[in-house]
Amino acid sequence: MRRPPYFWLQLAFTLLVCSFLLVPVFMSIVAGLTENFFVGVKSGFTTRWIGVVWELYAPTIFRSMYIALATLAVTLVVGVPAAYVLAKRPGMMTRMIEEFLVLPVAIPGLAIALALIITYGGFRDFRTSWGFILVGHVLYTLPFMVRSVLAVLSSFNFQVLEESAASLGAGFWRRFFGIVLPNARSGIVAGALTVVTLSIGEFNLTWMMHTPETMTLPVGLADSYASMRLEIGSAYTLVFFIMITPLLVALQRYGVQSTRTRKGA
Amino acid sequence: MNGKVGTAIRLVDCAKTFPNGTRALDKTSLEMRGGETIVFLGPSGCGKTTLLRVIAGLESPDEGGRVYFDDEDVTSQPIEHRNVGMVFQSYALFPNMNVGDNIAYGLKVHGVAPDKRAKRVDEMLRMMQISELRERRITELSGGQRQRVALARAIAVQPRVLLLDEPLTALDALLRERLRIEIDVLLHSLGITAAYVTHDQGEAMAIGDRIAVMNKGAIVQTGSPREIYYKPASSFVADFIGTMNRVTGTLRDGALELPGGRIDWADQQGSGEMQVLFRPNDARIVDDARAPLRGVVEQQFFLGDRTRLHVTGVADRTVVVETTEHREFRVGQSIGLRIEPGALLRLRD
Repeated sequence: MRRPPYFWLQLAFTLLVCSFLLVPVFMSIVAGLTENFFVGVKSGFTTRWIGVVWELYAPTIFRSMYIALATLAVTLVVGVPAAYVLAKRPGMMTRMIEEFLVLPVAIPGLAIALALIITYGGFRDFRTSWGFILVGHVLYTLPFMVRSVLAVLSSFNFQVLEESAASLGAGFWRRFFGIVLPNARSGIVAGALTVVTLSIGEFNLTWMMHTPETMTLPVGLADSYASMRLEIGSAYTLVFFIMITPLLVALQRYGVQSTRTRKGA
Repeated sequence: MNGKVGTAIRLVDCAKTFPNGTRALDKTSLEMRGGETIVFLGPSGCGKTTLLRVIAGLESPDEGGRVYFDDEDVTSQPIEHRNVGMVFQSYALFPNMNVGDNIAYGLKVHGVAPDKRAKRVDEMLRMMQISELRERRITELSGGQRQRVALARAIAVQPRVLLLDEPLTALDALLRERLRIEIDVLLHSLGITAAYVTHDQGEAMAIGDRIAVMNKGAIVQTGSPREIYYKPASSFVADFIGTMNRVTGTLRDGALELPGGRIDWADQQGSGEMQVLFRPNDARIVDDARAPLRGVVEQQFFLGDRTRLHVTGVADRTVVVETTEHREFRVGQSIGLRIEPGALLRLRD
C-alpha cells in the first residue's frame, strides 16, 4: 500500500507528542530502579528502593486500596439508586440535582476538605479515622458514578422494560435487580472503575484531611518526594503505576463499551 | 394463572388527568366481551394508549373510575397482580436475556417449575415458528422476529387479557401485513380477550371484532368494522376511516339533484339543500348514455387491485370513485355513474 506523503509527517508528529508524555514516565521508572540516579544507569539496576518503599509506606498502599474499595461500595449503594431515580423522573428538578451533584468536581478539593474539617473537625474519633477520608472521597467520586449510570439508563428505554416485566408479574425489587441493573451494567462497571481510579489517585482532599494515621498513597508520595532520596520517591511512583495501570486499561476498555449505545433493544 | 380464557373487561367512568393538568382521557365506559378483540383506533394523542394503560394497570383512572376483570374490581391492583399480557411497539424485550429466557421470564416470576417452564417455552417457540431462535441474543433478531418473541413472552403466562400497543407500527409494510394476519389467527385460536391500539385503519379493520374509534380523549363510536365503515356516527369517523365523498345537492321531486345529474331519493326524508356522503366503491361506473350522473375523469390512479378516479362535474366538488374493472381510463374522458340510494349517508354534524 502506498502511503500518502504526509503520512510520515503525521507519524513523526504523533511519536513526538507520545514521547513528550512517555519519556518522563520512563525516566521516573528508571530512576526508581537505578542504584544511584545522579551517577546514572551505569551505577547498575536494583529493586532495593522498592524494598525501602515497602518498609516505609506499605500501610499507605493498603490504606489507599481499602479506602478505594470502601468508596466504591458507598458510591454503588448510593449512586446507582440515585441515578435510577434521576433517570426515572426527568425534568427541572432532576437537572438541578444533577448539577448539584457535580459541584464537588468544580470546587477545589482543598476548599471541600476545609469545609469538612470545619464541620466535622470537632468529632475527634471521626476526624482521625479513615472514615473521614472516605467521606471526602465519596463526595468527590459520587458524581462520576451517577453520571455514568445515568448516561446508560438514558440510552435505552428502561421504563418500558420495567413495564413489560411488571406486566409479567415482577414486583419492584425483582425488576430492579433482574432487569434494570443487568442492563445498566456497562455504566456501573465504567463508573466503578472511574471511582476506584480517582480514589486511589486523589491528593487534594486527602492531603488536607489526613492525619499521620490516615495517610494514603498519593499523600505518601508527596511526603517521600519532600523528605527522601529521589530514587525512593521514584520507586514509590513505580508502585503507584503498577496499581493504577490495570485500572486505566480496564477503564479504557469498559468505558468505550458503555458509550456504544444499545440499539433497539 | 387460570386455565379458562376470555375474561370480560368492564371500564366504568374511567378518566385520566395527568399531574401536569393534561386530560388524556374523558370519562369512558366500555365493555369488552370475553374472547373478543377490540381495537382502539384514532390519531395520535386521542387517548387510545392511555386507555390501554388504564386497563393494564400502568395508569390508575381518576377518582370515581373503576376497572373490572370479570366481576373482580381490579382498580387498585398494580399491573403485576393483574395478569395481563402486554406487547409494546418497541417490543421491550430484555437485552440481558436470550430469546428463551425472555419467554420464560414471566413463568419464572409466577413460580412455574423449571421442567414445566422449558416445555411451555418450547410450545411458545413452536407456536410462533421461531424454535431456531431459542438461544439467540435479542440484538441479533430482526424487527419481525422480535415482535414474535414479544408475543410469545406475553402469551406464555396465559394472561387474562392481551394488550397490544401499536405492535406492528415499527415494521415494514409487507411484514406488517403478514404479522397482522398471524396475530388475527392467533388471537382467535387462543380465544383470549385482547385490546389492540393502532392508528392504522387497515390494521383495525383486519384485526378488530369491534373497533372503538377515539378522538380527543373520548370514544366517539364503537362497532364492528363494517358498521364503522358504512355507518359512521360522525363526520370525524367517516373521514378517519377510508375515503369518504361529501357532496351537497338539492332535494326536489323525490330525487337529489347534483350538478352532474340526480340520485333517486323517493323513500328518504328531508327537503331543500342537503349534504350526503358516500364511499368511493359505492359509486358504480355505468354506460354513459343511461347514467343518472355524468362527470369527467380528472385523474386516474392504478392501484393494482383497483383503479381510483377523481371525477369532476358530478357534484359541487371532485368525487373519488373506485372500480375493480380492468379497463383503462383517459384523463378528460366523460363517464357515467350510478349511486344506489341505500349507499348514501347523512350525518348530523
